[in-house]
Amino acid sequence: MQALTNRGKEVERKPMSFWESLYLPGIFKGMAITFSHLFKKKPTIHYPEQKREFSPVFRGLHVLNRDEEGRENCTACGLCAVACPAEAITMEGAERMPGEENLYREEKYAAKYEINMLRCIFCGLCEEACPKDAIYLSETFAPSDFNRKGFIYKKEDLLIPDKNTDPEGYAKARGSKK
Amino acid sequence: MTLLAFDWILLIEKFVLIAIIVSVSLVIAMYETYAERKVAAFLQDRPGPNRAGPFGMLQPLADGLKLFMKEEIIPNTSNKFLFILGPCLAMLTAMMTCAVIPWGSHLELFGRHIDLQIADINIGILYVFGVVSMGVYGIMIGGWASNNKFSLIAALRGASQVISYELAMGLSLIALLMLTGSLSLRTIVDQQMAPGHLWNIVYQPLGFLIFLVCAFAECNRTPFDLPEAENELNFGYHQEYSSMKLGFYLFAEYINMFISSVIMATLFFGGYDIPFLDESTLNPNVAALLGGAALFLKVVFFIFLFMWVRWTVPRFRYDQLMDLGWKKLIPLALANMVVTGAVILWLKK
Ligand code: SF4
Ligand code: SF4
Repeated sequence: MQALTNRGKEVERKPMSFWESLYLPGIFKGMAITFSHLFKKKPTIHYPEQKREFSPVFRGLHVLNRDEEGRENCTACGLCAVACPAEAITMEGAERMPGEENLYREEKYAAKYEINMLRCIFCGLCEEACPKDAIYLSETFAPSDFNRKGFIYKKEDLLIPDKNTDPEGYAKARGSKK
Repeated sequence: MTLLAFDWILLIEKFVLIAIIVSVSLVIAMYETYAERKVAAFLQDRPGPNRAGPFGMLQPLADGLKLFMKEEIIPNTSNKFLFILGPCLAMLTAMMTCAVIPWGSHLELFGRHIDLQIADINIGILYVFGVVSMGVYGIMIGGWASNNKFSLIAALRGASQVISYELAMGLSLIALLMLTGSLSLRTIVDQQMAPGHLWNIVYQPLGFLIFLVCAFAECNRTPFDLPEAENELNFGYHQEYSSMKLGFYLFAEYINMFISSVIMATLFFGGYDIPFLDESTLNPNVAALLGGAALFLKVVFFIFLFMWVRWTVPRFRYDQLMDLGWKKLIPLALANMVVTGAVILWLKK
């Protein structure tokens, strides 16, 4: 039979020599190897205390953006929900009333905006689909939870803190993203 | 009044000693589980349990608590009485062996001479052997009472393994006993402590090797852990067990490991003897404590050896196991015995 690769090795089936059949030399050799591992440096990253650096294109938890004046960008156009391959996004639009111009940038806004983090595959297509630069994926993980309800993130959970009233929270949510 | 003539203080003294030794064995078994996980982790380049307390030192407590909180399941088709008897027997026999082991020389407190040994019976080794071979009933009964094919096969494997290896173990010991001429563990230690007399390992290296291999098999430790082979027998004889009954089996294994380490240290490595030091020049109390510490160090080394081998050597196949036991170790032990006897005769002539 023709070999697929040239890396195959013939299996040796010759009976063990007397020395090998004592087992002990082999066992000692193995024990020396394992013993040397006692002193090796451990590659473990102790997670909650130490974190691995994410790459700049890491796609984590979603954030709903605000503009310079702290108004919500999202106009509830639904393009993100359409783009989402996992159908993780649900929303309900509402009309902006007079006097709410300082809250919402567009005339229509999302009254309800939910992302089911158990469905989401963190593909980032919502971010790409959004015409208003209203949603992007941040650098944080979705934290663990005890029940499924906890993974349905409401608008309040997703919305970025207002830059003008809470600059610290804003900077934290923003991370090193541009 | 014969009742009053009885030495009541002796009774209390022994009682305290028993309580101390049993609880120390339990604590050591507890920390063996921790050590096992740490050693396994270190040998595999992992940090091991390190969350519960500093360095994960409280991990055994957490494990114990977990076992207690687990649901207790007794299968419907099992024989309930035997099902409960199995783990109890395993635990009991594991604990019983501590009785004859000399943990140190003797203390002198309140003008009394206290031997650090529960009972110095003159058939010490025979007693250990008898009790240890009863330990297999724990496995047998548990496996049989579970009414499950895997458990039954595992129990049979365990029984035949222990019986086969006990033979070789006994034969290797006979050679040692020909040297010492005594079955009492304390006498054996005292002989090794005597000036001008070396540890028995020097006179019986082959005997020790055979004993060591057999001890691994008796404790059902890798590479001979066939009764609980996870990948072929689904955890073997304790498959149906849950909660603390499972804990008893696991615990019994660790206590057995501890006891066989002590036995090996006692028989072949001078027990509580401190090398290059004449203990008789010291205050007896200091000597006893130092001796206890020396024994403890030797035991720790053996326990580490058990773990080290476990995380190095893969499991033997069943036919290889039997082959090794019957065709290699027993003839070897017999030859060792004959040669020792011949040498003793030749030297005494
Ligand atoms: S990241 Fe992908 S899966 Fe998740 S909500 Fe956005 S589009 Fe849907
Ligand atoms: S996040 Fe963007 S795409 Fe989604 S509804 Fe709002 S504006 Fe439209």
